[in-house]
Amino acid sequence: MVDVLVIGSGGAGMVAALSAKESGADVAVVSKSYPTRSQTCMAQGGINAAIGEDDSVQAHIDDTLKSSQGLGDASAIKKLCEEGVDAVAWLDKIGVPFSRSAECKVAQRRLGGASASRACYAQDYTGLKILHSLYDNCLKEQITFYNEYFLLELLSEGEGDEKRVCGAIFKEIKSGELKSIYAKSVILATGGYSRVYGHHSTNATGSTGDGIAVALRAGVVLSDMEFVQFHPTGLKNASILISESARGAGGYLLNGHGERFTDELQPRDALSRAIDEEISKSGAVFLDIRHLGENFIDHELPQERKLAKLYENVDPVSDIMPIKPVAHYTMGGIAVDARAESSLRGLFAVGECANHNVHGANRLGGNSLLELVVFGKEAGDSAAQYAQNVADITTSSAEQALKDTLEEIKSYTNEIDFYQKREALGELFYKSAGIKRNEKALLSALEQVKAMQHELPKMGVRDQSEVYNTNLLEFLEFQNLLALAEVMLVSMLERKESRGAHAREDMPQRDDQHYSGHTNALLHHQNVRVSFGYKGAQS
Amino acid sequence: MNLTVVRGSQKQTYKVVAKDATLLELLTQIKTTQDPTLSFASGCRSSVCGSCAMRVNGKEVLACAYKPESGDVVEPLRNVPVVRDLVVDMEKALSFNRVAKNWAVSEQNVKHLSPDDAEVNEIQSDCILCGSCYSACPVYAVNSEFIGPFALTRSWRYVSDKREEDVAGKIAAVQSSGIWDCTLCGECVPVCPQNIAPKSDIDMLRNKSGILGYMDPKYASFGGGVDFGAPTF
Repeated sequence: MVDVLVIGSGGAGMVAALSAKESGADVAVVSKSYPTRSQTCMAQGGINAAIGEDDSVQAHIDDTLKSSQGLGDASAIKKLCEEGVDAVAWLDKIGVPFSRSAECKVAQRRLGGASASRACYAQDYTGLKILHSLYDNCLKEQITFYNEYFLLELLSEGEGDEKRVCGAIFKEIKSGELKSIYAKSVILATGGYSRVYGHHSTNATGSTGDGIAVALRAGVVLSDMEFVQFHPTGLKNASILISESARGAGGYLLNGHGERFTDELQPRDALSRAIDEEISKSGAVFLDIRHLGENFIDHELPQERKLAKLYENVDPVSDIMPIKPVAHYTMGGIAVDARAESSLRGLFAVGECANHNVHGANRLGGNSLLELVVFGKEAGDSAAQYAQNVADITTSSAEQALKDTLEEIKSYTNEIDFYQKREALGELFYKSAGIKRNEKALLSALEQVKAMQHELPKMGVRDQSEVYNTNLLEFLEFQNLLALAEVMLVSMLERKESRGAHAREDMPQRDDQHYSGHTNALLHHQNVRVSFGYKGAQS
Repeated sequence: MNLTVVRGSQKQTYKVVAKDATLLELLTQIKTTQDPTLSFASGCRSSVCGSCAMRVNGKEVLACAYKPESGDVVEPLRNVPVVRDLVVDMEKALSFNRVAKNWAVSEQNVKHLSPDDAEVNEIQSDCILCGSCYSACPVYAVNSEFIGPFALTRSWRYVSDKREEDVAGKIAAVQSSGIWDCTLCGECVPVCPQNIAPKSDIDMLRNKSGILGYMDPKYASFGGGVDFGAPTF
């Protein structure tokens, strides 16, 4: 038994683990793969902190509140921005190799929606270098890692108000065996659900919202699941991200006729819609950074050059890059309070799988890396404190029931190929539940998602191996995606207005009178129930 | 085109449709349309997560950054236990980061670094822990406890960092089965997807060790240097 079990080993999970350990707790971290393979490594642009001379914490707060379109929580945003300054100083101390300015300070650049150059960066490897520095720091602090463990279910004890989390069950991928880890508190840091959009997402293949789906099944409240950020500039064919820093540095967007058509540094929601519209009108949109010069591109944007050549056969030094908006970040997630605790006692959540109400209806670039440091610390501290007051937990195993479920999956009939359905789900979401939405398309999508759920027993896995069965894991991930897909669609249907990343063609106006609150979703007798909570909502 | 995958003691050849696709896209195509048992690890598909390192025709590549040609033979990395097909167990390889104490020791608050200071270890900190260099290293044939190329590059990443306060401790940690066990053959250099040269970093660590009074144990017994108690010839 451990005091704090952290599930997920990206930036959020590792910050939480380090902070829980510092608070004196006994900590273990579980990873679906290996810690340095997490989604955090893909963050390129930077981490926001108001440390520049022409910047202020208040300006950072104002920008974030404005971008959140009335759904951001003022006190959470204040905490995020105020603690941002210390967060970057801490990262500097644990060895993050930030780029430096001529004044020997951490270098900063301007990202969309920001009133100053606020994003601290390390070339276009900001996430990678933060993630690896955190990993190295976890080695220093002798944090225990369980790598290649797939989360199946949470363990809980007690009923009603007494119910509290007491660990989780995993499938050890290498052996195929089930493993229960008991814990006084659990922190979910399992990442977002952008892969519901299939290959129309910048995210790694593992961003399947497992932790959120598991929480949903455990009766935990989710919130704002309809809010998905589309990044304006994914490479057209492969959906590979071209960082906002390319536009921050002066990159242009060109339409099919080679003309500029919009403000390249407006917030991501508005820009994604502008690009989507332009693609319908003139057939294509391109990102042009040729004028920045080879030296600058190689120095500040080395990944973009490599990836554009690899996936689109274009060299951004001499060519324009074809782009389209793609699913990038999910604002919704497990509803948490100011201490990062969910509606289930002892279950905390942080990072993209959680909703700390700091991004609201649209996240600003550079705020997600910041969120995982600031709220990672909060979650680690809170979980460690909570664990101190938990005397003992039951350790009766719930493995048998899960074993039976997994056995049952093996007997599914394989009449329908789930890989085809997974692809169909991605296409359906990109078309009907993506950048623009309307009731008719959403209702039809919901019907199709429910049909897929019913068809699951006709799908199944063909690989019967116990050892490293990725066919089975991908099926389990697909089940998780389908569960969240339903929640997303119901939330999208219930929010009969347009706000930030949620753009309803049939309800183009923002309606503060009825929809200034967060959607709260939970499972009630296997049905998704969505209601509007007003807790924490600020305009 | 044909793609042959080494699966344990067997080889299996798949026919795939490749329109300028990466190896990872083709493996995914095989898994989702032909053979769901084919096992490999993948993540970001943009060469930063280090999941999909494997060997093609004997050379280490990231599957997401390699465009195959017909007849290519795909194998798992070497020097690490194969779990299944192209999936390897990285635990022991990664444990050498612990052996080498690859982390920052910095008790003082922010030190001001210039752009030049930051550039010193910019490329070393590009490491994605894919294990390509580890697989290419011939030293493991004779010493399974060799700290190895990526862990030594990461050592130099911290040793060369101006903020580091325990250079001596880090240099001490890479003496045994470390920098002196490398043959400087350079096999690790061309396989690095991030253009890091572990061999050069090992050379830098050797220089630093020399400054701190360490010697190559192979020569220490000659010329009356430090006597480690090894037999003299």
